[in-house]
Amino acid sequence: MALQIGVPRETFPGEKRVATVPEVVEKLVKLGFSVAVESGAGDAANCADDTYRAAGAEIVADAVTLWGKSDIVFKVRPPSLAEVALMKTGGTLVGFVWPAQNPDLMQALTAKQATVLAIDCLPRMLSRAQKMDALTSMAGISGYRAVIEAANAFGRFFAGQITAAGKVPPAKVFIAGAGVAGLAAIGTAAGLGAIVRANDTRAEVADQVKSMGGEFVKVDYEEEGSGGGGYAKVMSEGFQAAQRAMYAQQAREVDIIITTALIPGKPAPRLITAEMVRSMKPGSVIVDMAAEQGGNCELTEPGQAVVKHGVTIVGYTDLPSRLAKQSSTLYATNLFRLTEELVKTKSADPAAGTFVPNFEDDAIRGLTVLRQGELTWPAPAPNLPAPPPPKPAAVPAEKKSAHGHGAGAPMSGGTLATIFGIGAVLFWLVGAYAPASFLSHFTVFVLACFVGYMVIWNVTPALHTPLMSVTNAISSIICVGALVQIAPPASGAERPDGWILGLAVFALALTAINMFGGFAVTRRMLAMFRK
Amino acid sequence: MSANLSAVAYIGATILFILSLGGLSNPETARRGNLYGIVGMTIAVLATVLGPRVTAAGIPWIVGAMVVGGAIGLFAAKKVQMTQMPELVALMHSLVGLAACLVGFASYIDTSIVFTGAEKAIHEFEIYIGIYIGAITFSGSIIAFGKLSGKIGGKPMLLPARHLLNGIGALVVIYYGYAFLQAPSIETGMTPLIIMTVIGLLFGIHMVMAIGGADMPVVVSMLNSYSGWAAAATGFMLSNDLLIVTGALVGSSGAILSYIMCRAMNRNFISVIAGGFGTGDSAKPSAGGAVPAGEVTAVSAQETAELLKESKNVIIVPGYGMAVAQAQHTVYEITTLLREKGVNVRFGIHPVAGRMPGHMNVLLAEAKVPYDIVLEMDELNDDFPDTDVAIVIGANDIVNPAAEDDPTSPIAGMPVLQVWKAKTSIVMKRSMASGYAGVDNPLFYKDNNRMLFGDAKKMLDEVLAALKG
Repeated sequence: MALQIGVPRETFPGEKRVATVPEVVEKLVKLGFSVAVESGAGDAANCADDTYRAAGAEIVADAVTLWGKSDIVFKVRPPSLAEVALMKTGGTLVGFVWPAQNPDLMQALTAKQATVLAIDCLPRMLSRAQKMDALTSMAGISGYRAVIEAANAFGRFFAGQITAAGKVPPAKVFIAGAGVAGLAAIGTAAGLGAIVRANDTRAEVADQVKSMGGEFVKVDYEEEGSGGGGYAKVMSEGFQAAQRAMYAQQAREVDIIITTALIPGKPAPRLITAEMVRSMKPGSVIVDMAAEQGGNCELTEPGQAVVKHGVTIVGYTDLPSRLAKQSSTLYATNLFRLTEELVKTKSADPAAGTFVPNFEDDAIRGLTVLRQGELTWPAPAPNLPAPPPPKPAAVPAEKKSAHGHGAGAPMSGGTLATIFGIGAVLFWLVGAYAPASFLSHFTVFVLACFVGYMVIWNVTPALHTPLMSVTNAISSIICVGALVQIAPPASGAERPDGWILGLAVFALALTAINMFGGFAVTRRMLAMFRK
Repeated sequence: MSANLSAVAYIGATILFILSLGGLSNPETARRGNLYGIVGMTIAVLATVLGPRVTAAGIPWIVGAMVVGGAIGLFAAKKVQMTQMPELVALMHSLVGLAACLVGFASYIDTSIVFTGAEKAIHEFEIYIGIYIGAITFSGSIIAFGKLSGKIGGKPMLLPARHLLNGIGALVVIYYGYAFLQAPSIETGMTPLIIMTVIGLLFGIHMVMAIGGADMPVVVSMLNSYSGWAAAATGFMLSNDLLIVTGALVGSSGAILSYIMCRAMNRNFISVIAGGFGTGDSAKPSAGGAVPAGEVTAVSAQETAELLKESKNVIIVPGYGMAVAQAQHTVYEITTLLREKGVNVRFGIHPVAGRMPGHMNVLLAEAKVPYDIVLEMDELNDDFPDTDVAIVIGANDIVNPAAEDDPTSPIAGMPVLQVWKAKTSIVMKRSMASGYAGVDNPLFYKDNNRMLFGDAKKMLDEVLAALKG
């Protein structure tokens, strides 16, 4: 019997998302699963029951039946304890679980002998896992929506304009934290025409900020803020003081602040104090995307939009849900990619109806927090493709010298001494034994080698082929050797004229081929080089 | 023309040759450089012919030989296709080698100039060396020509105990050299001379046969160097400074090129000449370090065109495959089209791409690609992170990340073009076969890499059509 995937309606108050959409149902069916959707599950996300049915899903009237018949349940929010009670014993749950924050839920699932794949536990650093990374896709949506909420609460244009009715200055937006959500917010705000500034404790994201159209504001303090896994870490007291000063200054200058600062497993850092809120211009807006974890702003009230000291502070915790259609589609695709992986790694066999997570696979190992009631969380660190080992500094230095005078690094003293030593001995031998006539030729030869050495290093690599053909043409200078042998003035001594003439004429013909051919082909080649 | 006048003319010719090589430092001055070379050669020939060492009796012979040879040379230069340049150059080296041998023999049997004592010994020694180098150059270049033109397989041929054979050959050459110097008459000296010539020929054949196709740039530049040394040796033999200087210029030029090529492959000269690279025994993946794992993602020409259309920065890395497929003209058309759309297209050339130094530059120049967008590896290797698409056309080892990441790889330490740092890299290849070094390429398995399988020309034509459509 085919494995049954069940998609219940989300029961969390105000939650509009749904764990799968009709487009994805089709693909799941193609993979060999049968899909059941609770009636009305997709209503809030503009996915009517009929569209699910048309895509091949079975519509189940109530949650009890659905939970009872499903081998695998796709959820968005962590299930409530009441929902877990409906679950099939030994069934599988896929969705956000947050095992660290929800010990009761974990206990209930353990009692159900459940297998749980927590999409929030995905090892995000595996590049293969990116297609399943729902945290990223949700964060991107939140970042977008945060700007839209801010624009909604803000009483002015974002883009500066000069109209007949007067000049409108552009809005200044400051974004704290340049993770996925922060970057999405930067892009959205810049797209609306605002002046965007952003800051992050990880200095390496500065380029990403710029690429999205923002300006990176540095904290005037030296400390590396990368906490591994692409997250930030808690910073030192000195850094925090410098950071506070910077935030205080930004609060006075900007119209809109969007905060996205989160540190995994810790309450959100307090970045914006009540004092800073007071210093902001009336009508300004703060969107606190960390509201659920306590908020980056002291005055945030999670889930609410409040006005304090003339500043609207938006603390919504359901930003993705406010874009239900978009987030459902992306989330459903993430889950579909995960399902594909499950089939590929033979964790799930839809035809045989079996489901056992394959722990050989790093991504699936990381996701699995419960395996048939056995706690498998937290997963050991996956075997990441090791960050490229720090290369010896000499390698790049060596490469730089590919073109220019001589070898890049000067030779070591020892090698140089040896070379000079050998040279001295050779020269001494030549000087001691060779006749004077040889010596003058020898001098010319050695000097010519040096001239050649100096000249050739200046040749650009692009012209190496013409260089070879021109040197080849020039080496037909050997014809001079043949020329002088053809018909020398009679010296009186007897010589085998016929033989020499034959050899010399043949050699001359050969070098002539080379001479004319070499220069002609070089000319042809060089004529082709043009700007 | 008196002896002094021709000596002065020789100095002029020498200076012109140096200027000729110096002119190649950039494409603007290169054309003039070639002209200097032609003028220098004309002066040298005229000064010799009109000088005291050539009598009027020789003129008809000289004119005849020059006309015949020159006609053949010009014809060949006109007919040759740019992709065949390596073959042509190799063939021409062989001519210089052969000419050096012939001049050496002629000089030996010439009894009109009599030397005595140390001068005689040195003269004969010069003849011996000159003929030896000439013979190696001749046979080596012929084999290189065969390999480059595909008449002989590219795989290295390795005789058992080849180093021993070479060693014995060298000893025999030294022994007969001694016998040659001791020979009382020309007749008795001839035997050792001929034996040595034969060994020199065999050595040249054996040496080049043992070298793999990917090492051909080194071989071609090495033979270039040899042809220069052969000319220099002839100069010593005939006491002609012009020959010595010119030979030394050419010789050191070839030697430097060989050095540059070796460094570009991170190999030392001796190991290239000793041969055997790219053979079964060094190329087993087990010996080659980690076997890359993962999936290869194939794309179609259509998708490639889509990717290109959407990118701002494109770098094209051509290799021997582009030369084989004669795809440079299509590459040029794609480049023009993309540049019209405002895409920044550049070419990244690895020093050993192709089969001879600068091979790719010549092909791209033939296809009218402007040379200021054709850059060296070091000039654009840092730009890959800002590049949207890097296209690799028929190249493999020169873009292999294993050279940087995997110290056990046979090509470890070889500088490579870091195409994998681009946002997307597309590799055009006929199949998944490994390159000449026989090393598997982890690039193909990278997440941001796509494979476009098929003949480079055909695929590029399809990409071009898709871009136009």
